[in-house]
Amino acid sequence: MTKTEENKQGILNINLRTKTLIITGIALLILISVFVSNYFIDHTAVLTSNFYNVNQPPSFEHWFGTDWMGRDMFMRTLLGLGISIGVGAFASIISTIVAILLGVFSSVNTVVDEIVTAVIDLFGSIPHILLIILVSLAFGGGYYGVVMAVGLTHWTPLARILRAEIKKINTSEYIKLSNEFGKSKMWIARKHIFPLIISQIIVGVILMFPHAIMHEASISFLGFGLPAHEPAIGIILSESMKYLSMGYWWLAFYPGLSLLFLVLLFDLIGENVHKLLDPQSAQE
Amino acid sequence: MDVLKVENVNFNYGSHKILTNLNFSMENNQVIGLFGDSGSGKSTFCKVLTGFIKEYEGTVTINGEVPQGGFNPIQLIYQHPEKVMNPRWKMRDVLEESWMPDDNLLDEFGIKREWFNRYPSELSGGELQRFSILRALNPNTKFIIADEISTMLDAVTQAQIWDSLLKLARKNNVGVLVVSHDKKLLNRICDSIVYLSDITE
Ligand SMILES: Nc1ncnc2c1ncn2[C@@H]1O[C@H](COP(=O)(O)OP(=O)(O)O)[C@@H](O)[C@H]1O
Ligand SMILES: [Mg+2]
Repeated sequence: MTKTEENKQGILNINLRTKTLIITGIALLILISVFVSNYFIDHTAVLTSNFYNVNQPPSFEHWFGTDWMGRDMFMRTLLGLGISIGVGAFASIISTIVAILLGVFSSVNTVVDEIVTAVIDLFGSIPHILLIILVSLAFGGGYYGVVMAVGLTHWTPLARILRAEIKKINTSEYIKLSNEFGKSKMWIARKHIFPLIISQIIVGVILMFPHAIMHEASISFLGFGLPAHEPAIGIILSESMKYLSMGYWWLAFYPGLSLLFLVLLFDLIGENVHKLLDPQSAQE
Repeated sequence: MDVLKVENVNFNYGSHKILTNLNFSMENNQVIGLFGDSGSGKSTFCKVLTGFIKEYEGTVTINGEVPQGGFNPIQLIYQHPEKVMNPRWKMRDVLEESWMPDDNLLDEFGIKREWFNRYPSELSGGELQRFSILRALNPNTKFIIADEISTMLDAVTQAQIWDSLLKLARKNNVGVLVVSHDKKLLNRICDSIVYLSDITE
């Protein structure tokens, strides 16, 4: 390769990196502003009925139209997305903790490993929606039930990845050598294993969001999730079903689209962060 | 004087018998060659010696004691240095995991300081091997087991590496077991040569 070619490639690389950073930054900005906007919106004002304004189609004044109680659908959607992000964040935290604990446990010895694998397979084999509903009921339903259920059922893929990854690292020759250098288990975990799995954890957490958000919306839609008075997207969608036949299409269309957009944003961030943290494996 | 002693060692992979009733001993002022056919179990023996394989019958002792915990005074140098280096570590960390030699030693082994900030994938096999040799020559090391460490190197690098390794080993009274299927090499650098088939049954 000649010198100029090398330089060109260098510039291209920087561009790719910058592009990835910019995309991630914009996506994050949108997410954060949606979430933060919830704290500035006057919930009671948005959620009280206004009968002068019922069932307005989308306009400049009401971007997403209004519902049968005259509430602004854009504001309701924003609040709903805020809840989705909150539930997603909480679920991701719980699920990540569970996944890390199981991944680390599995490396203790083969018996523990088999137990962990069995637990992962067990949870993985029950239909996810059903599992969420069951766990939610077990926690007494309601807001608390849903959040716990979504949180406690999303760790399986990450736990599986971490278990496999830790196993691979643990059987590698450089870990054996580290033992022969007299390094302790803690030292090896901290210096060798943790840095190798941290990028997987971060990406795993981000990619957990969209799943958690979609599942919360689904079970709220089905009526097993958040209580009807919460302005969640699932609730909005299930209410608007009654009005679809009357031609009030905007009640479901825009909130549904926004939810989809939110989910895609998280996927986009996850993918790009993966590229940033782990350029080699992302190319493979 | 330190004596490395291997007594009645047996090892198999499943039902595949590799080492049967192996007996061997050497002292820390010796450089001994170990010769054997490919697939005869030389590498397996090296792993038994250095703790990479732990489930074997028999004993490996230094001065009558089984090395226990902490830094293993019997250190292995591998044929493939990249396999014993964390791919995400810079070379400085790779070396420092064992110890940090002084500038003279680094020069003696031809290690350029600029390599310290590179990853293992950014160095050639010969360059990596210099690191893994120096890493094994920790001040606490009493025996070096060198398993085909120069097989994939060119003649010049090979000569350089053996020169530096043996010089330092002799100076620090470190015993070296040179494993190779290259008879000429063994004849040139070793005090004596042992055949794996002679020390096993
Ligand atoms: N991890 C392993 N599992 C099963 N068999 C192995 C393993 N490693 C080596 N062997 C077998 O053990 C025998 C000895 O291998 P090795 O010790 O590498 O021989 P050498 O180094 O003398 O060429 C070979 O037949 C090889 O196929
Ligand atoms: Mg071999």
